[in-house]
Amino acid sequence: MANVMTASLGGAALFVKPPLSAPAAFDEMRGGDGAVRPAYAELASWLDGISPEGLLQRRREAELLFRRIGITFAVHGEAEAQERLIPFDVVPRILSGAEWGMLARGLEQRVRALNLFLKDVYSQREILRAGIVPEDLIFRNPLFRPEMNGQKVPHDLYVLIAGIDIVRVDAETFYVLEDNARTPSGVSYMLENREIMLRLFPDLFSRHRVAPVENYPDELLATLKSVAPASASRDPTVVLLTPGVFNSAYYEHSFLADKLGVELVEGRDLLVRDEVVFMRTTEGLKRVDVVYRRVDDDFLDPLAFRPDSLLGVPGLMSAYAAGNVTLANAVGTGIADDKAVYSYMPQILKFYLGEAPILHNVPTYCCRDVEDLAYVLDHLPELVVKEVHGSGGYGMMIGPKADRETLAAFRAKLERQPHGFIAQPTLALSTCPTCVEDGLAPRHVDLRPFVLMGRDRVRIVPGGLTRVALGPGSLVVNSSQGGGTKDTWVLDG
Amino acid sequence: MLARTADNLYWLSRYIERAEYVARILEATHRVATLPVGYAGSTNEWESALATAGCAAAFFAVYNDANEENVTEFLAFSTANSSSIRHCFEIARTNARAVRTALTMEMWDAINGAWLEIKGFGAGPRRRDEVARFLRLVQESSLRFDGSAYRTMLRNDAYWFSRLGVFMERADNTARILDVKYHLLLPALEHVGGPLDYFQWATMLRSVSALTAYHWVYRESLKPWLIADLLILNDQMPRSLASCYENLARNLDQIARAYGRQGPAQRQARAIRARLENSRMDEIFQSGLHEFINEFVADNNRLGATIARQYLM
Repeated sequence: MANVMTASLGGAALFVKPPLSAPAAFDEMRGGDGAVRPAYAELASWLDGISPEGLLQRRREAELLFRRIGITFAVHGEAEAQERLIPFDVVPRILSGAEWGMLARGLEQRVRALNLFLKDVYSQREILRAGIVPEDLIFRNPLFRPEMNGQKVPHDLYVLIAGIDIVRVDAETFYVLEDNARTPSGVSYMLENREIMLRLFPDLFSRHRVAPVENYPDELLATLKSVAPASASRDPTVVLLTPGVFNSAYYEHSFLADKLGVELVEGRDLLVRDEVVFMRTTEGLKRVDVVYRRVDDDFLDPLAFRPDSLLGVPGLMSAYAAGNVTLANAVGTGIADDKAVYSYMPQILKFYLGEAPILHNVPTYCCRDVEDLAYVLDHLPELVVKEVHGSGGYGMMIGPKADRETLAAFRAKLERQPHGFIAQPTLALSTCPTCVEDGLAPRHVDLRPFVLMGRDRVRIVPGGLTRVALGPGSLVVNSSQGGGTKDTWVLDG
Repeated sequence: MLARTADNLYWLSRYIERAEYVARILEATHRVATLPVGYAGSTNEWESALATAGCAAAFFAVYNDANEENVTEFLAFSTANSSSIRHCFEIARTNARAVRTALTMEMWDAINGAWLEIKGFGAGPRRRDEVARFLRLVQESSLRFDGSAYRTMLRNDAYWFSRLGVFMERADNTARILDVKYHLLLPALEHVGGPLDYFQWATMLRSVSALTAYHWVYRESLKPWLIADLLILNDQMPRSLASCYENLARNLDQIARAYGRQGPAQRQARAIRARLENSRMDEIFQSGLHEFINEFVADNNRLGATIARQYLM
C-alpha cells in the first residue's frame, strides 16, 4: 500500500517504544490504579456494557459507512480506494474542557508567535539581529523565500491555517511535536470521523456534551474572507487552488471546496491581468481575492519559482506583490515549520510575546550546538535523531531500534554535518482504549488540532485529528505502517 | 461557474451519450449478424457498424478485416479507439472526478459504479452472451446516469451545460447514422421493399432505439420516407434532429436568462431549430436528402464550436 497518510498528512514523525527503563505510558482513560478518569466515566460504563463482538460489529458498520459516504465521494480506482480506507477506530478519544482550554490557549499563543516571527524574518529581522535565532538557520534554509523580503502581505498574516501536532506524556504535559505551517492536511478526516460517529452512536453522544466540529468549514471561510486584500469587494471571492486530481490529497481539496461553497480551481483556471487574479468562468473572467492554496510554494508561479511547473499561475506572485490577492498560507512559511527553527520556539515566543510558552516543545537537542552535540553523541542509542529538513518520518534514526551499523552511520553523519540534525528523547506517548481483534486494548495516540488565524480573531474548532498506532506496543501512527484515526471529543464544561 | 467545470460537465454527458449510442449500434449489428445471409444483405454489416459509429478510418488503420470479433473489440473494449465504449466511460469518469462537487451523489455513483463494472470486463469477453450482457450494462448505466441527472440536479447552469452535452452528442449521432445510411432512405429504393430492406431499416432504427417508436407514431410497416421523417423532423422522437434542437435551444435560453446575456450560440441554435420546424420531408427529398444532412452536420459542428468559445474556455 502506498505511503498515503504520510503523503497526505505531511510532516508527522514516527515514535518508538520507550526503553524498558522508562515509565509506563500514560493511559488517557485509566490511571495506574485502574481508576477511570472523570472525562471517560460515561464512555467507560458504556464500553462495559458492550461485548467485544458488539464493538467489532460497530467497527464493520463504520467501515461500511466510510465506503458509502467517503468512498463514493472520493474513490477513483483501486489504489485510491485503499487511500480512503485508513482504519477508523470507533472508540473516541476524549479531552476534558479544561485540558482543551489549556491546549487552545497554547495553540493560539504559538500561532500568533509564528506569524510575528515570519513577519519579522521577512522584514526587520530583529530576532536575527538580536542573535536569538542564528542567521544561517534562516538564510541557508531551502524553505526561505528571498522573494518575500520586504514584501507586504495582507494584514501581516502569514500562517492562516496551521496544523500543530501534539503528543501527551502525562496528566499535565502536552508537547508540541511539530508545527505544520505550510499546507497542513487531515481536517477532512476530523469532519468525516465525527459524521460517522454521530450516525453510529447517537446514544453515546446523548450521554456526553461533545463540542461540535462541523462548523469548521464556516470558520475557515470566515477566516479566509477576513484576510482579503483591502482592494477586494465587501464580499470577497475565495477559491481553493489544488494541484489537481492526481494529488494524493485531492479528496480533501474537493471535500473542503464543497463544504466551503467555493470554486475548486486548478492553475489553468486562473490568470493574471494587470496584477489582478481572475478565474475563467462561463460568464467571463471573475476577480479572485483570496486563494486558499494547497499547492507548494515551488509550484505556485512558474515565472517566480519553478519554470517547469504546470500547476501554478503565471504572474500570481506579481499580483501578490501588488497586494491584489491574499495567499493562504503566505509564501515562505516553510521556515516556520523547520525542525531546527522549532527548537528555538520557546525563545521566539518570549521574544515576540514576552510570554512563557503554554505548550512546550519536546525537549530537543540542537546538534549545531557543541554541548548538545556532545550529549547526543554520548546518548545516541536512547535518542531519536531527525534530519532538520526531513518530514514524514524520512531521514530519521530511532536509537533504541537502530542496529549497530545504523548507529555508526548516524554518528558519522552527526560528526560531519551537525547542523543538519536535531535529537529528542524517545517519548512514552499516551494511550487510549482502542478496538482490536480481541476486544479493547490501549494504543498510542497523537493529535493534530487545526488553528485558523484571521484578521479579526483566532478560531480553533475544539478537537482535531487523533491518530492511533494500531499495532500492539507500536508508537507508529503513520497509516502506511498500521496507523488509524479516531474521533476526538472535547467535552463542553 | 468555472469554464472548466462547465466544459467537464458538457463532455461528461457527451461521452456517456456516445457510449450508449455505440452500444446500440453493436447490439443492432449483432442482431442482424445472426440472420441467415439472405436476410442480412450482401454488404458487410460490421463495416456498416464502423461507419455508423464514425470509426471506420481508425479501425482500418489497425485491422484489415471487419468481422464480428475485431469490430466488437474495437468499438466496445479497445483502449486505442478514442470512441470505444470503454474509453468513453473512462474519460467520462475522469471528467466526473474533476468536477465531483458539481455532480450529485447519485450521478457520481452511477458513473463510478459503471466504470468499475466496465473495467471488470477487461479486454473484452469472447462469448456472445457475455458481450450482450456488457452492452446491456452500458445502456443501463447511461440511463441511470441520465435519470440521476434529471432527478437530482439543481436546475442551474451545471444542469443546463450537462444537458447541452447530451443533445449535441445525440444530434451528432443521429445525423451520422443518417449520413451513412441515407441511401437506404432514398425514394428510388422504395420498390425493393423486400426482407433485405426491412432488416436494414430495422437495424437503423434500433441503433437509435426508435423501432417501437416508429410503429407507435406511424402504425405502418417500415417506409423509408417515414423513417427519415421520424429521425429528422418528428419532435416526439427524443433522438430526432428536431427534438435535439428544441432541447438545445431551450437549454441555451435558460443559460442566457440566468446570465442575463444572449450570444451567438443562442442565435445559431434558434436558426437551426427554425429550419427544422419549417421543413417538410417531401421538400427535403426534392432538394436532396444527402445535401440536407451534410448541411446539418456542418451547422451542428459550428454550434459546438460556438458553445465552446462562448462558455467553455
